[in-house]
Amino acid sequence: MKQKRKERIDRGIKARSDDVFSLNSFREMLYVAVPPLAPVLLLVILPLVLPSYWQKVLISTCVFALLAMSWDFLVGVGMVSLGQALFFGVGSYIAGVSNKILGVPIWIDLPIATVLGGLICTVLLTPVLRLRGVYFSMVTLVLPLMLERIIEAAGIFGGTEGITGIKTFANPFVESYVIVLVTLFALFAFRRLVTTDYGLVLKAIKDNDRAVMSVGINIYWMKAQALFITGCVGSFCGAFLTHVYGFVGMPSFALDYSILPLSAAVVGGMGTFAGSFIGAFILVPLSEALRGIGGLRIVLYSFFLVVFIVALPEGIFHYIQRKYQQFERWVEVDK
Amino acid sequence: MNDQNKRQNDADPILRVENISKSFGGVKAVVGVNFDLHEGQLLGVIGPNGSGKTTLVNLITGFLKPDQGKIVYKGKDINGWAPYRIARVGIARTFQMIRPFAELPSFKNLIIPLYSPRVKALSGGQYGDLDAVAKDYLEEVGFERESAVTYKAAGSLPHGYLKRLELAKCLALRSDLIILDELFSGLSIAELASIVPIIEKLVSEGKTVIMIEHRLRELFRIADRVVVLNYGSVIADGIPCEVMERSEVRKAYLGSE
Ligand SMILES: Nc1ncnc2c1ncn2[C@@H]1O[C@H](COP(=O)(O)OP(=O)(O)OP(=O)(O)O)[C@@H](O)[C@H]1O
Ligand SMILES: [Mg+2]
Repeated sequence: MKQKRKERIDRGIKARSDDVFSLNSFREMLYVAVPPLAPVLLLVILPLVLPSYWQKVLISTCVFALLAMSWDFLVGVGMVSLGQALFFGVGSYIAGVSNKILGVPIWIDLPIATVLGGLICTVLLTPVLRLRGVYFSMVTLVLPLMLERIIEAAGIFGGTEGITGIKTFANPFVESYVIVLVTLFALFAFRRLVTTDYGLVLKAIKDNDRAVMSVGINIYWMKAQALFITGCVGSFCGAFLTHVYGFVGMPSFALDYSILPLSAAVVGGMGTFAGSFIGAFILVPLSEALRGIGGLRIVLYSFFLVVFIVALPEGIFHYIQRKYQQFERWVEVDK
Repeated sequence: MNDQNKRQNDADPILRVENISKSFGGVKAVVGVNFDLHEGQLLGVIGPNGSGKTTLVNLITGFLKPDQGKIVYKGKDINGWAPYRIARVGIARTFQMIRPFAELPSFKNLIIPLYSPRVKALSGGQYGDLDAVAKDYLEEVGFERESAVTYKAAGSLPHGYLKRLELAKCLALRSDLIILDELFSGLSIAELASIVPIIEKLVSEGKTVIMIEHRLRELFRIADRVVVLNYGSVIADGIPCEVMERSEVRKAYLGSE
């Protein structure tokens, strides 16, 4: 019986461009250069052309892209976090408290909140590093909600009112370019990191942690380092937004910061970071655009989410990548 | 044999297992096991299915904590140490159920052992170009240099190559004590013929090896000594040809009363 089957073949240009030295035309150079240049150009130009409302959307898109990338990174090490809000919230509060109460200026405050936030989150999660799978996820889901309640009950850090009057950035361009540059840096740094030997070891922990232990590597120490990296990124996001809004409060621990990054990474394609980036750039503006329609917003938003996941379960990035690198044709095969 | 006896007498054992036991709920997997192992020896551990061989490996390598007893390696009591610490002092193991890092090419699988702090310390605190070193080790266990298998995803390797990859992992760690859990199982005669010399070479280099095996014929040809487990206890301990003569051992293997 004859049957039709789809055949995928690498484009010749793809095969040649795997080795930089064999590029032999301007077109082939473009083929290699366009994918990494596209996000750079997009992000550098957008702040110049967007109206001020959409600049704020760009900022939160970048923030969610960062949260999604750091979530994806942690998944790559075998830790499925449902609590990016923890990292985000801790960073927000450190920035708020140190700027408003201790008077630390923004440019010192941001790096401090980034590193200190990463450390605090790592320490908070150290006791559960041994938990696997869903148990780890549960703890990360609950921790930010717990911190939120503690702040409410104890009335510390402004309690339910939050802290207002925190210094904001000098002008919107500074604001936009800080987050744009950090996002681009994180995108390329994460993509690079996972291909290094260090990154391979982290990934191996997810595949088979016993095998990694058996060669003398302390997987809990490695996992703590991965948490620290993720924690730093999340805390930076929190600290940054605190300075954008001049306010920090309990909403910093809200579930949105845990769930939205996750859906961005899933929709965009996991394990690639570019996927998280694309996912955030689709979902966040989409959610903004739907704001106009009121009550049905969440319904429509969820509908789009399901459509994406059903239509492209591999993720948008993997789909684009395949189309870019391979061509497909129908062939007849004997069955 | 004389030579071996001499070695046993004048040195402290590299590994001493003292009266260790482990049970899982009601199942007594290992019961009061004792043995000494001297440097440069090749010890075979045999026994019927479920007799506690893998559990013994897990106890020595720290993947399980013994309920009682003591494990002394090079004079250090390593009881209760985490697996990574035990690996760092020089005990390497293979797993009976081999699960490679499936998506990585074969040679990249060796990056993980080569990244071990033990290897780093042995090479003077530097990692260097691990890819090249990894390919050297693969060649040593019979991956033809620059052949397709070296670059193939480990998940799609044939069984024989997976076993070799697992062995290469132990070589890469440059450990002094190497524990191989059923390395020979599922290998063809031809594949065995190429792996046995690698193990013989290890022993000749002064490494100590423990082999858990069901392939008795091949094991007995290279083992200096054999320990037989049955229901978690040692029922015989001696040189290979003697051990198989014992009636308890025959009974355990043949299952007859
Ligand atoms: N993690 C565990 N939990 C419960 N029981 C276990 C566990 N590991 C081993 N056992 C039991 O302990 C006994 C010894 O198992 P072990 O795997 O050590 O045997 P083995 O000699 O390696 O067998 P095989 O030759 O089949 O590999 C068996 O009865 C097994 O069911
Ligand atoms: Mg076993």
